[in-house]
Amino acid sequence: MPHLKTEEMIMNMGPQHPSTHGVLRLELVTDGEVVKSITPHIGYLHRCFEKHGEELTYPMIIPFTDRLDYLASMNNNHAFNLAVEKLLNLEVPRKVEFIRVIVAELQRIASHLVAIGTFGADIGAVTPFLWTFRDREVILNLFENLTGARMLYNYMWPGGVARDFPKGFREEIGAFITYFRPKIRDLNNLLTGNHIFISRTAHVGVLPADVAVNYNCTGPVLRGSGVKWDLRKNDPYSIYPEFEFDIPVGQGTMGTLGDTWDRYYIRCQEMEQSLNIIEQALAKFPVEDATDVQAAVPRRIKPPAGEVYARAENPRGELGFYIISDGGTKPFRVRAKSPCFVNLAVLPALGKGIMVSDIVAILGSIDIVLGEVDR
Amino acid sequence: MGLLDKQIDSGGVVITTAENVLNWARLSSMWPMGFGLACCAIEMMATMASNYDLDRFGIIPRPSPRQSDVMIVAGTVTFKMAERVKRLYQQMPEPRYVLSMGSCSNSGGPYWQHGYHVVKSVSRIIPVDVYVPGCPPRPEALIGGLMLLQEKIRKEKFGVKHEAV
Amino acid sequence: MKPSEIVDLLKQQEFGDKILSFEENTFQPGIQINPLWIEDIFYFLRDDDRLAFDSLSCLSGVDYGAGKELGVVYHLFSMKHNHWLVVKVKLDRESPHVPTVEHIYKAANWHERETFDMYGIVFDFHPDLRKILLPDDWEGYPLRKDYQVQELYHGIKVPF
Repeated sequence: MPHLKTEEMIMNMGPQHPSTHGVLRLELVTDGEVVKSITPHIGYLHRCFEKHGEELTYPMIIPFTDRLDYLASMNNNHAFNLAVEKLLNLEVPRKVEFIRVIVAELQRIASHLVAIGTFGADIGAVTPFLWTFRDREVILNLFENLTGARMLYNYMWPGGVARDFPKGFREEIGAFITYFRPKIRDLNNLLTGNHIFISRTAHVGVLPADVAVNYNCTGPVLRGSGVKWDLRKNDPYSIYPEFEFDIPVGQGTMGTLGDTWDRYYIRCQEMEQSLNIIEQALAKFPVEDATDVQAAVPRRIKPPAGEVYARAENPRGELGFYIISDGGTKPFRVRAKSPCFVNLAVLPALGKGIMVSDIVAILGSIDIVLGEVDR
Repeated sequence: MGLLDKQIDSGGVVITTAENVLNWARLSSMWPMGFGLACCAIEMMATMASNYDLDRFGIIPRPSPRQSDVMIVAGTVTFKMAERVKRLYQQMPEPRYVLSMGSCSNSGGPYWQHGYHVVKSVSRIIPVDVYVPGCPPRPEALIGGLMLLQEKIRKEKFGVKHEAV
Repeated sequence: MKPSEIVDLLKQQEFGDKILSFEENTFQPGIQINPLWIEDIFYFLRDDDRLAFDSLSCLSGVDYGAGKELGVVYHLFSMKHNHWLVVKVKLDRESPHVPTVEHIYKAANWHERETFDMYGIVFDFHPDLRKILLPDDWEGYPLRKDYQVQELYHGIKVPF
């Protein structure tokens, strides 16, 4: 039918859309079902973190770092404290380091569980969502026992943590490990090898390694493209060098290297590695050490003038804090370099000539948290 | 079903007021709009998932405002989002209810002082029926808020316009 | 490679007079450069095998105080050699202009838009320089030290 004329349609996806993981708006130019270009519009959750960083004292900023990536609060605390401790030139007690690593890895599992569950739900598999949230509740109960809060903890402070492990807490974590290992297998049986899931994700949204590096993608997005890069190994902080663990990278098992399935599967494998780290940390835990976990926390945090950029491997990638101190009790400038913000920027490069339904899959595999994208 | 079965067995007639029946129907199937804004949305999801299971109250999230009765404002409302929130509210059919979940949408929360881009309370944009405090509120708190809203609906009178608090 | 060696290498490449200063005794040594030459220097930093700065880790705008100049800080990192370089430019407060590095590091695209949004720093030749976080009709640049919040936005009161 040569006389039939078609035209491109501009379509809005979000900010109220169940698959955008919050308040993200995508402006799609579509030709039928095929997407010609994507323009993300962000800022619907801009909560002025950097302004708060300039107006508040160092300990007061920590609760706000919780609320950046609200699925991985512990890791955010960790990154911020690394920066402040570097500025203060503060030595952290060994016991505190162990506590930090254990809770950070537990948080990584909890965060990946949400990522996997919502990714499954986006693609149409609702059961994994219910399963992962069931298992996540176990971790949240542990954290509630430890900190008193379910999601936003304000647990790590410069030089220490808020509370020591309660009595019997390490045994509870051990029980969680034995409970959770088979659950990963179940999850793999349910979702990872599922035919429908594979055909929705394999060969979709292929991100080549050089593009990923040029966009400065980090975390599972970068590793999904086959780049073996993990700050816990490559730029070690805390006591991570003492533990043995692998860095899973994408292999292109089900399709092309760097496709959506690869990015998804990295998270499944990382949960297992996190369990390994926790196990080793529990075995090496300085039980006899009676150090007060708040002993090294300075009464008054007033770093000397200077500036520092510190980063940590979050569940979503490299979270960096650039802090400029002018010698006062408040920072002169706090910049949060969030992994989600950078990872989301690659979406326009991925979204050319794909179907509308593939966007949902790609977005789920990038795993953004809008609180961190917009800060 | 107990009581109702007995009534139906004895002739199949139940006598009540239309108000009661309609209010009962409304409060037993409050469909909220699946509308997550920030951290509270994760707790809202957790409430809907396996452990807390909102389905048992007849509360099932709907993706479209046109099919929903309740709007759970779960999270921080920013100025960029404010107009969208208002538009979504206007798209909902009457009778509609708003539950403000968490400190941010109640009063601006931790962002009240320096958060230049945060709307200090969603009630500056749309009328709110129930406020649930907490940062974020526990799932039990959200369920409590929803039950409070059910009580409010139970007492509604015909001909009296739904009044926002 | 140590930062001082990187600076020596830059000086060999006739960038010597474009480097305005070099701070060595800080946590992360940095150089301040002339903003006009940023593209040439960044191309060299990225493409030279000895340096191979393949990723732009962070790009931040800074306001050095009311009445003083604005700045942009680039944190460059090489995944190949595992070394850092902090590059700073300082800009005039009244008309802050710096050439974009978006075509060198794609990561800069959104960072530059955010810096434009928060500080009003204009990145020349940027392909799509729009506000990114704030609404299009927002007044002022929030992270400048002399920022005053507006009273009303579309009829909604802004302060508490």
